[in-house]
Amino acid sequence: MSFALLFEQLLNGLQFGVTLFLMAAGLTLVFGIMNFINLAHGSLYMVGAYLALAAAQWTGSYIAGVALGLAGTLVVGMIVEVVALRALYDRDHLDQVLATFGLILFFNELVAILWGRAALFASVPPFLSGHIDLFTGSSYPLYRAVIIGVGLVVALLLWYLVTRTRVGMLIRAGATNRTMVAALGVNIRLLYTFVFGFGAALAGLAGVMAGPIYNVQPGMGELILIQVFVVIVIGGIGSIRGALVGSIIVGVVDTIGRAFLKPLLSTMISPTAGEAAGPALASILIYLLMAAVLTFRPQGLFPARG
Amino acid sequence: MRSRIVLWIAFVGLLLALPPLVVALGQPFYLDLARRIMILAIAAVSLNLILGYGGLVSFGHAAYLGIGAYTVGIMGFYGITSGWLQWPVAIGASALVALAIGAVSIRTSGIYFIMITLAFTQMLYYLGISLEEYGGDDGMRLKAKSQFSGLIDLRDPVEFYYLALVLMLISVFLVYRIVNSRFGMALRAAKSNDARTRAIGFSPYPYRLAAFVIAGAMCGLAGALYANHTNYITPGLMSWQQSGDIMFMVILGGMATTSGPVLGTFALLVVEEILKAWTYPRFIADHWQVVLGPLLVLSVIFFRRGLAGMFYKPDA
Repeated sequence: MSFALLFEQLLNGLQFGVTLFLMAAGLTLVFGIMNFINLAHGSLYMVGAYLALAAAQWTGSYIAGVALGLAGTLVVGMIVEVVALRALYDRDHLDQVLATFGLILFFNELVAILWGRAALFASVPPFLSGHIDLFTGSSYPLYRAVIIGVGLVVALLLWYLVTRTRVGMLIRAGATNRTMVAALGVNIRLLYTFVFGFGAALAGLAGVMAGPIYNVQPGMGELILIQVFVVIVIGGIGSIRGALVGSIIVGVVDTIGRAFLKPLLSTMISPTAGEAAGPALASILIYLLMAAVLTFRPQGLFPARG
Repeated sequence: MRSRIVLWIAFVGLLLALPPLVVALGQPFYLDLARRIMILAIAAVSLNLILGYGGLVSFGHAAYLGIGAYTVGIMGFYGITSGWLQWPVAIGASALVALAIGAVSIRTSGIYFIMITLAFTQMLYYLGISLEEYGGDDGMRLKAKSQFSGLIDLRDPVEFYYLALVLMLISVFLVYRIVNSRFGMALRAAKSNDARTRAIGFSPYPYRLAAFVIAGAMCGLAGALYANHTNYITPGLMSWQQSGDIMFMVILGGMATTSGPVLGTFALLVVEEILKAWTYPRFIADHWQVVLGPLLVLSVIFFRRGLAGMFYKPDA
């Protein structure tokens, strides 16, 4: 394997990693602040992808599609929070898991009703469809590079929002002691709705950007959601820093595994072994990684508290 | 206590009377449906042992359904069709996998446990997809149903039905006995208060792990039955939706109750069938999940004690 190829796959891993991060950040924020586990977070990712696609076709503009996709996911997220999830904050995690499981069934079927079950393909807009030259001499798709850029910028903004602004202060205070914050005159319900909608918009952004790379189809959200769970478990639940580190680790390990495990096993053991075990091992690699991390650090790499 | 026994006798009597009735009416579909429900009820009963009584929220119980089914399928693939061999191996394999998954997962708790059991099952799901020799993504056809040397013929739908009924009742009884034994007391104690359980000298870990393995083994038996029921084994058996379904059966029926998982399985699957057959408007039959999803959400929000809670208070 050449260095150029390895570097390109590393970038692909980073691109997948930031997509995971956008999902993981919303999920971990909602968990950290409301102690709420939202399985339907993947559905919001799917809703974002579909809304952006539909809006882009309707308006004929990619930018308008992205904007409407994001705004739409934000609104859908807030509606779901107010209508269904608010009643579940005081319940145990089991009830939350089950209720949001019901929501997944609903959203997947709703999307199938509106747009059909077949996979749709979003196209990369012309102004993002070129390639950029890497220092290794090979070229890399501009669109994927833009995703990496957007993801890193969002991570930075998120860090600023949470640690340096008044809203961020309220969010952190709410995570520590919600009753006290409410007693100090903060509308904690509104804050929850805001945080949930914000998390939904982040998931929507991930879905909007993933549209042109992966298929847009019902059930796409759950595929990524379970990988996001792995990220969160590795990084530590409720920790944004953990989500970032976990996302990049999982993104890179998964991508590199899929790209190089088969040839590696073929040369090291035998071609037949590589053929047989390579893809299987690659698809379970991140789960093995998670098991390994848990064996040594049951609370993840960056536990949020204590 | 007395009314519970009366209810159980009525319920079992109804199930015993179903085959002659169905045959007389010429509606074999209902026999098939009831058999599927009873097989999945075994899975739900096994999950109730760890979820309801042990407090271990496993979101990956479908794994053992899959392991049991694939064991029967793969042994059949290599010409070993004897059920006397297939089924114990299916149970043993599920127990072993449960031991491995449990040993890592039970070290964690709460939300981590939910996510880890889900992730491990997902791992097995992808493993199933990558087994090209055994059908990969499309799954494999069971070459022949398990043979029980003339004692019972699974090809006869009525005989298979009664076998499923008996095994379901045995599993209900088994979990009942386990839960009310010394072992079960320790398990329930660990659920209600971990620290106090330690303080009186019990380490919860081995009890939880043992319960996890027993539940996995029982669910493996359900998987072996299920493979014989559908004659077809797909990785979809191990999907997270399947795990969610089993979990819903337990909760809907009422967790930590003897009859809850059975009631919940019947309720969930019968509602599913009703929605699938809803022809007016036709829309519902085509998109039944869009109705089922909100129904499930509502049942979680408003129906907190489950179906069994309507008859009596939860045991634990």
